[in-house]
Amino acid sequence: MENHIQIRNLKVRIGSTEIIKNADINIPDGQVTAILGPSGCGKTTLLRSMNRFLDLTENSRVEGEVFLDGQNIYAPGVDVTEIRRRIGLLAQRPYSLPMSIYENVAYGLRIHRVNQSKNLKPIIRHYLELAGLWDEVKSRLSDPASALSIGQQQRLCLARGLALEPEVILADEPTSALDPISAQHIEGKLQELKEKYTIVLVTHTLRQARRLADHVVFMYLGEVVEQGPAREVFDNPQMERTKAYLQGSIG
Amino acid sequence: MVKSPEKVEDDHAREAGKVLASRQRAERRASFEFRALSTLPAALFVVILIVLLVRAWPILQQKSLVGLLLGDVWRPSEGQFGFLPFIAGSLWVTVLAMIFAAPVSILCAIFLSEYARPTTKALIKPLIDILAAIPSVVYGLWGVLVIVPWVQQSVGPALGRWFPFLPLFNSSNPTGYSILSGALVLAVMVVPFIIAISYEVMRTVPRGYHEASLAVGATRWQTVRYVVFPRVAGGLIAGVVLGTSRAFGETMAVLMVVGNNPIIPHSIFDAAYPLTALIANNYGEMMSIPLYDSALLASALLLMLIVLLFNVFAALALRRATAREQA
Repeated sequence: MENHIQIRNLKVRIGSTEIIKNADINIPDGQVTAILGPSGCGKTTLLRSMNRFLDLTENSRVEGEVFLDGQNIYAPGVDVTEIRRRIGLLAQRPYSLPMSIYENVAYGLRIHRVNQSKNLKPIIRHYLELAGLWDEVKSRLSDPASALSIGQQQRLCLARGLALEPEVILADEPTSALDPISAQHIEGKLQELKEKYTIVLVTHTLRQARRLADHVVFMYLGEVVEQGPAREVFDNPQMERTKAYLQGSIG
Repeated sequence: MVKSPEKVEDDHAREAGKVLASRQRAERRASFEFRALSTLPAALFVVILIVLLVRAWPILQQKSLVGLLLGDVWRPSEGQFGFLPFIAGSLWVTVLAMIFAAPVSILCAIFLSEYARPTTKALIKPLIDILAAIPSVVYGLWGVLVIVPWVQQSVGPALGRWFPFLPLFNSSNPTGYSILSGALVLAVMVVPFIIAISYEVMRTVPRGYHEASLAVGATRWQTVRYVVFPRVAGGLIAGVVLGTSRAFGETMAVLMVVGNNPIIPHSIFDAAYPLTALIANNYGEMMSIPLYDSALLASALLLMLIVLLFNVFAALALRRATAREQA
């Protein structure tokens, strides 16, 4: 089993606070890796280190290495826009861009000038179908995306990311802002998508992690406490803090 | 003697009732006072408008409105009061100033809100804000000492030489006291104002939109162009319109450098005579001339209505922009 992303000696400071202390993490290829832990333990920061989103945080300092297919994305001269094309992000709250539904999905293609000459319609349709939104929007593709419900917008964001054919999907509590039905919808999609993509999921719902994860990274106060195949970590945790978290006494 | 628990509770409740009544009285009084204080400025505006209207009334009765607005001869001693040269002067100076100021301000606001590092921002933003605090007479002096000679000696001859066929750049006025000088000084004065508004408008766009765009690998410029810009366009227009209204109403700095000659200009090197300068230069003098006082107040009324129009327009643009932001 190959590791799609390898994190070595990662230290992240924001201002004077050390958010992540020396993390070594392997994200296996073609699986769902769930990053678990109580609020404020650095889950989201860890996720944002994988698409260089920490660049956007003022006063952040990153040390260590993050390898994507063996290439260190923090090496000098790496093009972040290309990294972010290869690593999609599904954010906690959906932000549809101020344009039509159609243009939202086409956005990434236009940005990267992919398939500019071709008719994009079949491509847009494909990704909307993949995200499970096509049937709901096929008659109103030119409506502004802001007219969609929040659950639909999250699927639109998924389609927008998928349209660039990323290798990895980072999902940052992608269902936490959604109603139960929409959440189920997104979860189902992630389930399907893991056939083709490596998925890294930050979640604070243990049950969601149990349903989706093949691999688990458990973090506590900026440190990686335990990581391994989901079954082993859930059924037979090695560390005291993992046990306590799984039993619900911390977090 | 120790009070019984019931007695303690009774006393306590009675006390609370008294306090409640006095709290409600204070609340009613405060509410009345604040309402009165807030109504005052609004009432003041109406009073100024009425005063101007009353004082301008004599000339509005004797001359036709069209004749006043479109008349191009200003000879008060002969009873000729054409406002057109002044309206044209104000428009020329203001429009030219905005052509200089608007693009610079918006690009600067984009840089500050989207590109600048925190340290750069912390350095540049206060400096720009200070520009807005410089008294306008100082800008006027700077215009007289620097801009007017520069226009006279360098810009004027150069543009005249390069574009001899363009009437816009040709003039018989060799002094440098011109529309161009006025517009340059005005532009520098309104730039910090427009930057401040545009910057605040751009900062209202939630980070999530930037991130949604950056997450698919967009560059910062693409993000600004396709995601931020459509959301803030209305606010930016409002900023520019408010800047225009400010430039239109500015008096001191402009009248010091613009030449003050009541003719209809045809070139940016011609002298002009904006409405504001007309009032500031002449009110209080030669008041024995019939209708002169009334004519000046009519021009003040006109100035006020134009600026009011700009502000209403800006408010509408801003409201539309924020309404969409909340949708």
